[in-house]
Amino acid sequence: MAQLPDILFYVFGFLTLACGFLVVLNPFSTNPVTSAMFLVLTIASLAGLFVLLHAFFLAAVQILVYAGAVMVLFLFVIMLLDLPAEEKRKVRTAWVILGVISVGGIVAISLRALAQSAPVSEQTPALEGSTIPLGRLLFTQYLLPFEIISLLLLVAMVGVILLSKKDLK
Amino acid sequence: MTVGIEHYITVSILLFSLGLLGVIVRRNLLVIYMGLELMLNAANLALVAFSRFNNDLDGQVFVFFIITVAAAEVAVGLALIVALYRKRRTAHVEDLTLMKL
Repeated sequence: MAQLPDILFYVFGFLTLACGFLVVLNPFSTNPVTSAMFLVLTIASLAGLFVLLHAFFLAAVQILVYAGAVMVLFLFVIMLLDLPAEEKRKVRTAWVILGVISVGGIVAISLRALAQSAPVSEQTPALEGSTIPLGRLLFTQYLLPFEIISLLLLVAMVGVILLSKKDLK
Repeated sequence: MTVGIEHYITVSILLFSLGLLGVIVRRNLLVIYMGLELMLNAANLALVAFSRFNNDLDGQVFVFFIITVAAAEVAVGLALIVALYRKRRTAHVEDLTLMKL
């Protein structure tokens, strides 16, 4: 009898991979909006996997930042650009075949390495990725990277404002 | 069979390969960006799985930083795409052949 978290892992894992596939190679539509919508679903099911790994804070951040902010930005830009020609362009079969061959090689090597790796001990992990221990770690051991990341966000913001000026030299 | 770290790493590898496939196969800049996001998310999943099964919270801090950097990267990248579109009226990498001999 399988446990409920294991069943949920297979459900979320399948959803993640299926939606990820539809982002990349949707057989019905090459519209970027469709891809973006499936990317939202992929990210949401990844958040489910994070919850199964007891990373509750990261699951919330994943939904808020990725599925919320980043994807809204994506959709905003897609609809701003309004790419009507994109519907007509088909994904070429030769590229798909070449891509699948090359990526399949990489997957085969990775999975072989995974199969040959030493088996992990079967103890049940006790780690809880809730907000309190993560925040404590973030503001003690990782305080400097945390501050640097705030600087990075500032630089990105200034850069975006500069890039979106009308008379870009 | 209980779900262990191998299952999560397998999903992560497959998701990464899907993102790579998107970058190779698709020719639209925005969809290529989505492929990059898929690859970043696959790395995040692997890090969270390692963090959980090693009883070490550092991996989750890394994921936190990766999400932040990815947000900044998306903002700058999309601004670049918009600036490019304004100049060349295209978001398709085949039309961007300025560096081609």
